[in-house]
Amino acid sequence: MARAAHATGEVLLSLENISLRFGGVKALTDISFDIRKGEIRAIIGPNGAGKSSMLNCINGFYHPQEGRITYKGVTRRQMRPHQAAEQGIARTFQNIALFKGMSTLDNIMTGRNLRMKTGLLAQALHWGPAQREENEHRAFVERIIDFLEIQHIRKVPVGRLPYGLQKRVELGRALAAEPELLLLDEPMAGMNLEEKQDMCRFVLDVNDQFGTTICLIEHDMGVVMDISDRVVVLDYGKKIGDGTPDEVKASPDVIAAYLGTSH
Amino acid sequence: MRLETTAAATAETFPQILARNARQWGDLPAYREKDYGIWQTHTWRQVHDQTRAFAAGLASLGFGRGDKLIIVGDNRPRLYWAMNAAQMLGGIPVPVYQDSVAAEMAYVVEHAEARFALAEDQEQIDKLLEIRAQVSGLRTLIYEDGRGLGGYDGLLSYDQVQQNGRALMAAKPDFLDTEIAKGKGSDSSVMLYTSGTTGRPKGVVLTYDNLRRSAENAARIEGLGERDELLCYLPMAWVGDHIFSYAQGLITGLTVNCPESAATVQTDLREIGPTYYFAPPRILENIITNVMIRMEDAGALKRWMFRAFMALARRVGGDLLDGRPVGLADRLLYRLGDLLVYGPLKNTLGLSRVRIAYTAGEAVGPDIFNFYRSLGINMKQLYGQTEASVFVTIHPNRDVRLDTVGKTVPDVELRIADNGEVLFRGPGVFHEYYKNPEATAETKTADGWVHSGDAGYVDDDGHLHIIDRAKDVGRLTDGTLFAPKFIENKLKFFPHINEAVAFGDTRDFVTAFINIDLTAVGNWAERHDVAYASYQELAGKKEVYDLIADAVAQVNRDLAHDPRMEGAQVQRFLILPKLLDADDGELTRTRKVRRGFIAERYAALIAALYGGRTTVHFRTEVTFEDGRKGMVEGDVAIRDMDTARPAPARRAA
Repeated sequence: MARAAHATGEVLLSLENISLRFGGVKALTDISFDIRKGEIRAIIGPNGAGKSSMLNCINGFYHPQEGRITYKGVTRRQMRPHQAAEQGIARTFQNIALFKGMSTLDNIMTGRNLRMKTGLLAQALHWGPAQREENEHRAFVERIIDFLEIQHIRKVPVGRLPYGLQKRVELGRALAAEPELLLLDEPMAGMNLEEKQDMCRFVLDVNDQFGTTICLIEHDMGVVMDISDRVVVLDYGKKIGDGTPDEVKASPDVIAAYLGTSH
Repeated sequence: MRLETTAAATAETFPQILARNARQWGDLPAYREKDYGIWQTHTWRQVHDQTRAFAAGLASLGFGRGDKLIIVGDNRPRLYWAMNAAQMLGGIPVPVYQDSVAAEMAYVVEHAEARFALAEDQEQIDKLLEIRAQVSGLRTLIYEDGRGLGGYDGLLSYDQVQQNGRALMAAKPDFLDTEIAKGKGSDSSVMLYTSGTTGRPKGVVLTYDNLRRSAENAARIEGLGERDELLCYLPMAWVGDHIFSYAQGLITGLTVNCPESAATVQTDLREIGPTYYFAPPRILENIITNVMIRMEDAGALKRWMFRAFMALARRVGGDLLDGRPVGLADRLLYRLGDLLVYGPLKNTLGLSRVRIAYTAGEAVGPDIFNFYRSLGINMKQLYGQTEASVFVTIHPNRDVRLDTVGKTVPDVELRIADNGEVLFRGPGVFHEYYKNPEATAETKTADGWVHSGDAGYVDDDGHLHIIDRAKDVGRLTDGTLFAPKFIENKLKFFPHINEAVAFGDTRDFVTAFINIDLTAVGNWAERHDVAYASYQELAGKKEVYDLIADAVAQVNRDLAHDPRMEGAQVQRFLILPKLLDADDGELTRTRKVRRGFIAERYAALIAALYGGRTTVHFRTEVTFEDGRKGMVEGDVAIRDMDTARPAPARRAA
């Protein structure tokens, strides 16, 4: 596979010594890794390893008690999710978070929200610049619809769609924000083989065509090993492996965490 | 018809006709394509310009007279233009079914000795790259949609080819016109590979004269013109699409509309509202199944209205359409029905503006056919073949009969051979099978008669009836006539049955394989609290067997009415746990049953049907869409049926 065509080696996001506690529970302990521009970075680990917490730290939903997050050269301690979004970080969720009663098109349009400049009143009246702006955004959304091959459900309320398609719509909404860094929380969970293959292709295509950096959490090892450039492995909130898929696969700690060891 | 007869006389080839269209219909829409959610229109002048640029680009790549251009993808305007572009240079386009697996495609590429191929997208390019590694001749690959092809080397984009072409045209302004002028009506126009139910596909070579005259004759009797609209959604490699969308599109100037994707056809149909429509019976059936399912979920008042008015439509709708006398009260009621039910329904289906609708390919069920006609849609059957450039017979307007396939189109003659086989002759009769003189000689006599391979007869009114494939008609051991397709079609007319395969030739009695329809049976199961997790599980349910047994019993009662068929009732059947699929070679790409192959593959099941057992173990390989293989395995039940007696015999007993 022609992977890593866009990976430049430049670090986009680096996490240093991150620790996150909820009361006495240590969700993440002293974790450091980085995400390079243009790569597909996977976070794997058994249930409860702290993968989603990690993503939540990256997009500012959780605030780690210790450690430093540097994104595009700027180090921050505290950031709100909407600030993360403004800086080009978009994400999808483990449990789909779409507006069920709205159509695919409208759901993806909400992803353009941050990029709309005209005010609420002008938008409501659909007048002058607001109309022009909406047309531009609509054209952009149509490109995403075309890209994800969901033309046939453009006007279908999302609640009526099968799970696999809802996941695709959610990816569409994340893409609508034109993110630099895309966080995908289990994009293939609960999908059948064919849907998984489609989703893999879309993830690769997003990376390939838009040069978007992607950080994903995934349980399907086949998928992870196939599409990611580098993998970080967490277990009980600690980092136990980091490297290319082949390196990680060969690491005794990782094998132990996944298959268990006889002590 | 508003054909420019003088121009038509000088324009013999499709590139010449395209030039004529650009002159006389320059600003009228030629192609429409939905792109980014909006219908984009290309006028004849634009199409002419784009096509010439692509043709010159091909020439700059070394494409010349006699070269073949493989074209594979969904119906896209630019792929149609590429056909014309190849023809401008005296080359021959070879459209290939876009769902063929690489091995099938490799055979065509190799047999056609193609050096050039145009693919719609990455999916097709992947297959062609695989083929290029094996087939030495294939050299130049061009793609239309570059998505996902960023990391590939050695490919050309459609735009690049056009750019090269514009450069060439600037350098040699007369080159293209000289090439186009060289074309003659007797030249080969296109090669269409027929899927065929047996053996390797054959490359049917059709000339410009074949296609042009066949398309013109049919267009004339239907009165097609430049204001007509067509939605092209059936494979470009199929002769029907080639005639309707390409040949008739160019000749009559009608607008060809390309759907956004295969999944949006129904929506696109509604937005375009075509006036000229073709659908194979299976699609007509799907549409009705969907309507019925949605009506089941409608409110009581709507359901009642639908039932009452549909009953009226069934009674008088067909007569109104054919201009037969209908009482005033019924006429008024029908008007009301049109306002309340038929009109909105046709609008939802996108069939409001249809003037001419064809169906063909397989026998169409009476309920299905009458449904459309009763709504006032001029649905007609036609009978045709690739070897005939489609048109052999068509139902004449106002003389539509369900049990026939209509009367011959102008200039076509029919003859029935002694063994009952239908032979035809006419202007559309194919030139030859490419590189296969034996097969050509077998099919086409020296004086131009073509063996259709179908058994049939012509009735006193000149209507042609088709019974079955001539080679499939057999006899039971007691001498009873066994026409498998006749029985299968009766079975398939039930919405719950998707496909059926009947066996009986040189056997003691008739048996059948049944494929259930997942949508219809799934919906039925939901309503009857039958839980299932997979197609295989649903197919094995006792309740489903009961459901299918009712259908089989009904077919047996029908057969009992016909003294010739009475002995050919289905005595045992089983429901196959997997859908028959073209990827497994069980159906052709046009979804016709490949009888011989199925009999061989499922020999154990057939043996069980005739061996008196009540269950049989089933294990077979299936091919997934991406070409990987898997296994389906399980036990299959066999159901015995009572045979019906004809009414008089029952009284005697």
